[in-house]
Amino acid sequence: MPVLWIVLIVLALGGVGYMLGRRRAMASADGDVRHLHSLPTYYGSNVALLTIAPALLFMGLWLLMQPILIERQIIGLIPESAIAEGSSRSLVMSDVRRVAEGLDTAVAQGAMTPDQADSIRTEFTDVRERLGRVGVALGSNVRPEVLRAAQHYRGLQARYSAIMTVLVLAVAVVGFGYSYLQTTKDFRARNVVETGIKSLLILASTIAILTTVGIILSMLFETRNFFSQYSWTNFFFGTTWSPSFSGRGGASQLGILPLLWGTLYISVVALLVAVPIGLFAAIYMSEYAGPKMRAIAKPLIEILAGIPTIVYGLFALITVGPMLRDYFAQPLGLGESSASVMTAGVVMGIMLIPFVSSLSDDIINAVPQSMRDGSLGLGATKSETIRQVVIPAALPGVVGAILLAASRAIGETMIVVLGAGAAARISLNPFEAMTTVTVKIVSQLTGDTDFASPETLVAFALGLTLFVITLGLNVLALYIVRKYREQYE
Amino acid sequence: MNDMRIVEREVETKAVKISARNCQVYYGETHAIKDVNIDIEDKTVTAFIGPSGCGKSTFLRCLNRMNDTIDVARVEGEILLDGEDIYDPKVDPVQLRAKVGMVFQKPNPFPKTIYDNVAYGPRIHGLAGNKADLDVIVEKSLRRGAIWDEVKDRLDAPGTGLSGGQQQRLCIARAVATEPEVLLMDEPCSALDPIATAQVEELIDELREQYSVVIVTHSMQQAARVSQKTAFFHLGNLVEFGETGQIFTNPQDPRTESYITGRIG
Ligand SMILES: Nc1ncnc2c1ncn2[C@@H]1O[C@H](COP(=O)(O)OP(=O)(O)OP(=O)(O)O)[C@@H](O)[C@H]1O
Ligand SMILES: [Mg+2]
Repeated sequence: MPVLWIVLIVLALGGVGYMLGRRRAMASADGDVRHLHSLPTYYGSNVALLTIAPALLFMGLWLLMQPILIERQIIGLIPESAIAEGSSRSLVMSDVRRVAEGLDTAVAQGAMTPDQADSIRTEFTDVRERLGRVGVALGSNVRPEVLRAAQHYRGLQARYSAIMTVLVLAVAVVGFGYSYLQTTKDFRARNVVETGIKSLLILASTIAILTTVGIILSMLFETRNFFSQYSWTNFFFGTTWSPSFSGRGGASQLGILPLLWGTLYISVVALLVAVPIGLFAAIYMSEYAGPKMRAIAKPLIEILAGIPTIVYGLFALITVGPMLRDYFAQPLGLGESSASVMTAGVVMGIMLIPFVSSLSDDIINAVPQSMRDGSLGLGATKSETIRQVVIPAALPGVVGAILLAASRAIGETMIVVLGAGAAARISLNPFEAMTTVTVKIVSQLTGDTDFASPETLVAFALGLTLFVITLGLNVLALYIVRKYREQYE
Repeated sequence: MNDMRIVEREVETKAVKISARNCQVYYGETHAIKDVNIDIEDKTVTAFIGPSGCGKSTFLRCLNRMNDTIDVARVEGEILLDGEDIYDPKVDPVQLRAKVGMVFQKPNPFPKTIYDNVAYGPRIHGLAGNKADLDVIVEKSLRRGAIWDEVKDRLDAPGTGLSGGQQQRLCIARAVATEPEVLLMDEPCSALDPIATAQVEELIDELREQYSVVIVTHSMQQAARVSQKTAFFHLGNLVEFGETGQIFTNPQDPRTESYITGRIG
């Protein structure tokens, strides 16, 4: 039975449970709500919750485990002889999966009967050709062992799904029965429902945390691989970035410093553009602009936030870059390149303006009017009030907004590729082409990659470094916000 | 009208500091203050009394143009400070508010230290030549606000961390620190215990020697204790205005009488 159907059945059962639980509670109180411990809806929710939640949780776990169990069994079926030179068991396994999926598709489209799918043999049928006809392209002819393993795979899958359907429905029914029988007028349904809801919320946040941990672990794992092939001192303190690509001879030099320098330089320029403009715009919007002006200007500024970064990149490439070169770099004798730190930084700053301004605007608006009144009532001017009362009160939030913008700047890729170029370099001249960590992560992973050489694995080390930096920024932001909060509240 | 007669009688004794003529205030469509005429004298404490929502705060806020900060509020009529119309376009509301200080109904300390809260006004008006002067002003103001003893050891603590009543006194100290000519106090004792209330009333009495003080209060006893003149507001109208003693012992208007004796409110 398809998963969707199971879910619907369980939900329907929960709905029925809600009605019945409610009715039973009312009946046990002789129809008088005042005799119940909790409101009738709590009794209904209790039954629904106990019917739905355990069953769906069980199904989720089962679906996570099922592929692992099946693969365990199948992998034993593949004989050593079926593993070609230079290939591996897991590659063959993925072939098996692909063929099994192909057979599923063929059956679903009616090109094969289920019986045929189970009984065809490579000896009598060109499986590759038959699957190709239903749109499943295979890289090579299907070997008999693979086909047999795939058929076995499908068999196991069908069996496991059947078992799962039965078990999930059983769990739902047991939950239903148990909670239904529990329902009497003295049963503390409200407390149970509250606990149930709290557990669901905890589960949700746990999933979020576990995902983060998973991401970090996978990065850590690949990074360790990288450092087993490349010395970490060279990576962190190397000032040259020149990867050599697959087998073209010569060792790669993978020093992160030029990339970090580029990242920080461009981000600083971007913040220098975005923070003053964004903050001043926010102050104007929230303190000076009339309602009409605000209604027009605010959406206009926010349009900037909706422009895809690649469009900003084009703007940098064809407009800002050449303009900066012709009007600043060349007359000042600072360089001939239109791709430069300045170009990328300025354009990225423009991109960040709406971030800074709309966040700061909200924060400034949240400063209570009584605060401004207090200052104005003492004879302060509007700008004195803003400088000495409003901004300090809003500062923690504004700092948060700025650090958020900094994180965006550090993680930005498209604008840098088009605006600053791809040359890793350490230089003070802002009109020279430089590049950032993110750009190099992309370029190391594009094209033909085997995730084994240091040249590709370095991407994970770069990613992890970037992650640590943004994490540090966030921690710093939290620290600042907390420090001010202590002082002000 | 009654009050006109009383006003005329009082004008002879003391100089008029603020006078309102045909003052109207609208909040959008709501007519919150209706045709108020009043003369507030120098070196006098004037009490505004009246039931909640009758417009006391609104009228008080007209006197230093704090209603400018409310988008929907509109003020009509004339309000003269020392004979000059404060709603004249030539008048700078910032300068006006330096002269006419205000303590708000809700305590609103700045998110700064206690010291900086009090030093705020003197700093922006350049009242202190150096740090030592400023220290003197801050201490004197906190003493006048009857809060010095409680905060003298923690002047660097945030003002927002004080209790409600302490915040109220901090705001009083902050307002007197700028030495305004007129001090408008909107229920300055609403969150204070009897001892602090007595201290604030002492301060008001002391301020009267140099300044004009207007105080909004819900306590009849307080009005009777601290004020020389009392104005009774009802539904946006100034019903009666006169000598405090006369208002409390011999009110002319039946509405005043029933409010004072506790029959409306
Ligand atoms: N910002 C505002 N916008 C709209 N209406 C307002 C505003 N402030 C006050 N009002 C209205 O104006 C009237 C007078 O309010 P005001 O605050 O002056 O009363 P009050 O006499 O000070 O009352 P209380 O003793 O409760 O402080 C009320 O009806 C109130 O609803
Ligand atoms: Mg009021």
